[in-house]
Amino acid sequence: MTAAYRVTHLDALEAESIFVIREVVAELERPALLFSGGKDSVVMLRLAQKAFAPGPVPFPVLHVDTGHNFPEVIAFRDAQVADFGLQLIVASVPEALEAGLVHEPADGSRNRIQTPVLLAAVEKYRFDALFGGARRDEEKARAKERVFSFRDEFGQWDPKNQRPELWSLYNGRHHPGESIRVFPLSNWTELDVWHYLTAEEIPLPPIYFAHEREVVERDGMLYAVNEFLPARAGEHPAVRRVRYRTVGDASCTAAVASEAATMAEVIAEVAATRITERGATRGDDRVSEAAMEDRKREGYF
Amino acid sequence: MPELETPAAAVDMLRFATAGSVDDGKSTLIGRLLFDTKTLFTDQLAAVEAVSAARGDEYTDLALLTDGLRAEREQGITIDVAYRYFATPRRKFIIADTPGHIQYTRNMVTGASTADLALVLVDARNGMVEQSRRHAFLCSLLRVPHLVLCVNKMDLVDWSERVFEQISEEFSAFASKLAAPDLSAIPVSALHGDNIVTRSDRMPWYEGPSLLHHLEHVHVASDRNLVDVRFPVQYVIRPQSNAVRDYRGYAGQVASGVLKPGDEVMVLPSGFTSTIASIETADGPVEEAFPPMSVTVRLADELDVSRGDLICRPHNAPAVTQDLDAMLCWLDGSRPLAVGCKYAIKHTTRSARVVVRDLQYRLDINTLHRDESADSLRLNEIGRVRLRTTVPLLADEYRRNRTTGGFIVIDEQTNRTVGAAMIV
Repeated sequence: MTAAYRVTHLDALEAESIFVIREVVAELERPALLFSGGKDSVVMLRLAQKAFAPGPVPFPVLHVDTGHNFPEVIAFRDAQVADFGLQLIVASVPEALEAGLVHEPADGSRNRIQTPVLLAAVEKYRFDALFGGARRDEEKARAKERVFSFRDEFGQWDPKNQRPELWSLYNGRHHPGESIRVFPLSNWTELDVWHYLTAEEIPLPPIYFAHEREVVERDGMLYAVNEFLPARAGEHPAVRRVRYRTVGDASCTAAVASEAATMAEVIAEVAATRITERGATRGDDRVSEAAMEDRKREGYF
Repeated sequence: MPELETPAAAVDMLRFATAGSVDDGKSTLIGRLLFDTKTLFTDQLAAVEAVSAARGDEYTDLALLTDGLRAEREQGITIDVAYRYFATPRRKFIIADTPGHIQYTRNMVTGASTADLALVLVDARNGMVEQSRRHAFLCSLLRVPHLVLCVNKMDLVDWSERVFEQISEEFSAFASKLAAPDLSAIPVSALHGDNIVTRSDRMPWYEGPSLLHHLEHVHVASDRNLVDVRFPVQYVIRPQSNAVRDYRGYAGQVASGVLKPGDEVMVLPSGFTSTIASIETADGPVEEAFPPMSVTVRLADELDVSRGDLICRPHNAPAVTQDLDAMLCWLDGSRPLAVGCKYAIKHTTRSARVVVRDLQYRLDINTLHRDESADSLRLNEIGRVRLRTTVPLLADEYRRNRTTGGFIVIDEQTNRTVGAAMIV
């Protein structure tokens, strides 16, 4: 074995993800990439570009817009779409609210009502495959999910009845109305994503790096105070130096106290942290022990 | 415990499968590896502790870390393969944690299909049991190149060298009857951390490495087949744009062998030959492509090449055949496999239909006895079958090539994956 045939783990992960992405385009009719402007979806986009170079990305990107956005992330999303000539489809929660498809939940979080909006878009555009940037290291229900994850005609996931997935032979067969969620980053960890972003010099929305923001502490997490999330009585907003580890709905995604302003500093911080990415920042996972599994069963991404 | 450094940006990767039941201390072992490599996060541990306390467990049940589904936690069983990740400065590790009790064959086969190494756990007090033999057999059937026997709970046998030697000799004797891969044996106590991350001073008679040291250093790079060129064409890249006019490239992942520009190649099943004009990636052309690289191969001649075809060398080609003999694991509980049944299959990037011509025997994986009177295969059963395919497959024996030698069987009505087959 000569050193020339050495493959680093990032090379191997990239090669595997590209294989998965090509497999979907070869075998399924109408794929789309879920694209939020978050770091995992940005990595997904880069991999999709690599998979079909020198040709264009042969599928549209789909953003489920809750209306509760970080403006920096929307600006970043739009810049990416313009730079790479992508077709952007927005599945809008505010429009769905107006049309009466969903109703504003009492707690103000639109996390859960994203699912019917997503499923309506899948039906409208007849997507049979949706790429997501979810990783198995994120959450315990995701640790058990397949790379090609089957959804029935209601968009539901049945965790106890998954197709066995052997070798690199992915089974994307489905009947009309059913679909496949595909997770090419399944085997990546949060640290792998950051190493890859660094190695590939991929730009990110600025909220991933330390900045000053007015926040309140709630349930041990730091939430930005804004129009979607006003301070409650008795809470004392304060300007802190924070960054986001994940980017989701602005009403349920929290920031972490951080001084990490560069990729290298973020990597050092991620490597040293003792709390998972979703555990540190996602109010939506704290509803119950199986919050993610329950949402995924309904068709959540 | 030594302070471990930050995992580096460029290390290599090891995929391993773990086999054994909860009673063997498998979850404790995995929990220990994750905890000692600082992969276990405090919020995960706190969640597990809370659930464990609420259930009235006397100790924190680390199995809850891998039992992610509601039904698993409610019933206290592991249903499915769980994937776990940890890294050291030398390597990134992917663990396929396969449950011991329920549907062990289906899960074990799934986890072992991509594994470089398998850990088989044995309780030092019980020694080799039926299940240890089954696990070793399935690892050898799936051609996992490295096997590690972990004799666990050494604290409960007074750290006895004699006990360890007995079990490892028994294991070696059994493994020698199989297509035995590289075999190692390590005495450990997962609960107390002995020989997990660092060598234990309670077993001075053991001169080998700790488990983590072994996992970090076991040589897997040479497990790759760099001799037989096999490049299944996955997708034809042919952008219809003014910027890249007349571009035609064959995208895929190298299954085995080394491809270089200038190499004479043959395309199957047509048998036409050409020369590799270039090997391209989005980051520019490369001088060599080898497994597991995903690349785009361009040929000097305009040939009719499409998905499902395979690029190889003219004097080293797989069989082009419609008749296959294979060891088949049945993975489906609803309908058994029977002679005469028709199925869809997926082999590399090629799909076909098959009819089961003959079930030569069903194998009892406890005794390795061959039952030639069997006429069906049920869930978790393994047998040797003869199949006829609708189109030729470009196939190698599984023992020579895990990519071009394996295929999955799909029920055409339900679309479910119902079988895993290894060509013999």
